Amino acid sequence: MPPISASDALIAATRFGFAPRGDLAAIGRDPRGWVLGQLAKPAAPLPGNLPSAASMVTAEFEMRRDERDKDDGAKRDFDARVKAVYLAEIAARIDAAVASDTPLLERLTYFWSNHFTVSILRPAIRGFAAAFEREAIRPYVTGRFSDMLLAATRHPAMLLYLDNAISVGPGSPAGRRGGKGLNENLGRELLELHTLGVDGGYTQADVEALARILTGWSVARLNEPDPGRFRFRPFVHEPGAKLLRGKTYAEAGEAEGQAALLDLARHPATSRHIALKLARHFISDEPRRDSVERIARVFRDSGGDLRQVTAAVVREDAAWSSPFAKVRTPQEMLIAACCVGGFTPPPEMLVNSLRALDQMPFFAPCRVGGFTPPPEMLVNSLRVLDQMPFFAPSPAGWPDNAASWVSPEAVLRRAQWCQAYAERMPDPPDPAALAAAAFGEALPEETMQAIRLAPSRRAGLALLFASPQFQRR
Amino acid sequence: MLQRRDALRILAGGGAVGAFAVLGLPGAVFAAAPGERRLVMVVLRGALDGLAAVPPLGERAYAEKRGAIALKPPGQPGGALALDAHFALHPALAAIHTYWGKGELLFVHAAGNGYHTRSHFDAQDLMESGLSAKAGISDGWLNRALSLMPKGDRRLGLAVGGAVPLILRGAMPVASWEPAGLRDASPDFITALAQLYQLDPLLGPALADGLKAQNFSATVLGDDMPKGKGGFGPKSFEPLAAAAGKLVAAPDGPRIAVLEMGGWDTHVNQGAENGRLAQNFEGFAAGLDALAQALGPAWKQTVVVAVTEFGRTVAVNGNDGTDHGTASVLTVMGGAVKGGRIAGDWPGLDRLEENRDLRVATDSRRMMKSLLRDHLGLDAATLDRKVFPDTAGLRPMNGLVRV
Repeated sequence: MPPISASDALIAATRFGFAPRGDLAAIGRDPRGWVLGQLAKPAAPLPGNLPSAASMVTAEFEMRRDERDKDDGAKRDFDARVKAVYLAEIAARIDAAVASDTPLLERLTYFWSNHFTVSILRPAIRGFAAAFEREAIRPYVTGRFSDMLLAATRHPAMLLYLDNAISVGPGSPAGRRGGKGLNENLGRELLELHTLGVDGGYTQADVEALARILTGWSVARLNEPDPGRFRFRPFVHEPGAKLLRGKTYAEAGEAEGQAALLDLARHPATSRHIALKLARHFISDEPRRDSVERIARVFRDSGGDLRQVTAAVVREDAAWSSPFAKVRTPQEMLIAACCVGGFTPPPEMLVNSLRALDQMPFFAPCRVGGFTPPPEMLVNSLRVLDQMPFFAPSPAGWPDNAASWVSPEAVLRRAQWCQAYAERMPDPPDPAALAAAAFGEALPEETMQAIRLAPSRRAGLALLFASPQFQRR
Repeated sequence: MLQRRDALRILAGGGAVGAFAVLGLPGAVFAAAPGERRLVMVVLRGALDGLAAVPPLGERAYAEKRGAIALKPPGQPGGALALDAHFALHPALAAIHTYWGKGELLFVHAAGNGYHTRSHFDAQDLMESGLSAKAGISDGWLNRALSLMPKGDRRLGLAVGGAVPLILRGAMPVASWEPAGLRDASPDFITALAQLYQLDPLLGPALADGLKAQNFSATVLGDDMPKGKGGFGPKSFEPLAAAAGKLVAAPDGPRIAVLEMGGWDTHVNQGAENGRLAQNFEGFAAGLDALAQALGPAWKQTVVVAVTEFGRTVAVNGNDGTDHGTASVLTVMGGAVKGGRIAGDWPGLDRLEENRDLRVATDSRRMMKSLLRDHLGLDAATLDRKVFPDTAGLRPMNGLVRV
């Protein structure tokens, strides 16, 4: 494939936004400054009256109580509400991605939301997975990593998704009564996925120690104060000192977990793990080792200040000189088409599109060995959201490399989607003019030629969206 | 056919103001007591080869210029179907040949749209706007025609397919209907895409494998078309047309509908009685037949018109295809049509436009004015001002419909 020759403005819009919007000239004469300037403020909250996680957790608890009380309509009403909330959440976050003045902050929100994945494949959290992103991710994308780590870990969605809400210290008063025991799920994911990384040098004993430290971190029930919010339960907390990665954490109840998470956030392995993921996401599937090391150093030197860490990614020369070789995920492709095409389909079509493209938001596959939903739960999810394709579990979140997204069937479906989107645009613009406005001189002649020769505007637009260049970022 | 998840929307000024399941059409959605006369427009995008659809077999130059894509005379195996002494019908259009015999089908041959451009985009814009020059195009002539419907008898327009095409866009509210689900891509689009992906080490092989799995030929350029009816390919027209027929037949349904069909831009391997174009014709004819069946008794009050942005070169090109030309053929079919004949003048193939194209003998707006006046009862003078502005010189054709 001939390399795409990209102006700095196109790079800024593509690599650090979702796609060019309107005229590239709007980015101005200092594209790097345009990108870095976005980091000055936190991400704006999503507009609209989207319900808090606490209210949806409470509603979920109430539904289960009412169902136990043989109220047949309880589940149906709740499912309808969940579906409406889900559609509104998806529409709001895609609108923000398409229209925000700070597209980098939207990209960061998607990135970190994927880093701290919670998935509706666990049906119990289906009402508030999107609220998790708004409450525990979005406000922190230019803040401290440790703050985001704490917010994400303490959030009811994460505590329920990774089972910590029901984990019981064996030596706690509740544990000594028998029945339930320790659940390592959250402890393991924190080490492997959220902080140190799989090569971060931890052991099974560390996983268990962290799980013990976190016992008691749970979600308030209906009969407790502030239902649906984080609640520490001393009754299930494992008593005594714990040894995590060679450091002893004296018995301190809820504060033990905070201390352990702060230490993990500071660990050099965490800095390398995060730096690698950021570089892979924004620069290339196989980022240069020296790039990763420079970003990791900024992470360590700044105490995990994500504003400075992100700026370090933006300042990498490789970010401004590498070809657009990353394949857009289906979700990124959809958003890019909305940016360039100037038309965002209605919420139902957005969700249907993502479903057809196998990337339902918050439907990330579950962890192997973590949790495989029983069939009836899957069926329930299907019912709530009409339909959902089955997909195989993979290690964590959505994959961030081309190979994972380019299968024969997936490529055909992308092509289908591009044509369907072009067919749905209410007022299709001249595709050649649109391509020139969005990509400048960057599209190779054969792509421009195919677009110009297309038998209709819509056909030309479909080719633009499906072109090898548009499929990459 | 019409499923729960299919979506019918009423659009005003381009935005959806309501969506509901099609089976429960609330009566209030459409204007009260619409007239019974119906008009269905079919926009054929990509430039239909009129000389392949209705070949002038009586013309000496025909077989000579057409070469490998010339059709054989009626009576021979794979030969064209007889229409009159001079013209025949492409054999793949057999499904509508019976309507010719019933006097419900006519063709306006050598028709053009009053502009000179061989750009698909510009020509489609002009054809749909009904204007002669590209200046401030914002609405379609059919929407302007809707605004002339008598008050209290405002028959809503319906777009069948994805979005509302320009011909129906404008100030008057219209409805749109689309089938549910992600549709298969059209063969044209996949062919062009496969070419774009040829040098792509990642997407190229993946697309090729994906196509193989779907039983496309490896080259795509061959004759294999997708088997399904759900996509954008030639077979997708029939279910859309049948759905349009049902909606338009409904007592409180729309009276004016627009359908679109692509796949006509046959630069390569057009084929003669078989091949790409033949498959498109087959899908097109099956759709018109399905539309007629779905309309039931309402067929008697219906006129279906298929238009295209321009025609194709008279001579076959170096790739057994044809390139962008000038005049093409209009298909006019329906129980209300006075058919069984070729309407309009025939300029012949001896003198060609720029030495390559069939010349325009009839401006298609003369045909449309005739239908709007005689079939829908609109005032002729107003048509000259509002629907096709500044066209007083283009007199409506006469006697196209039974009145």
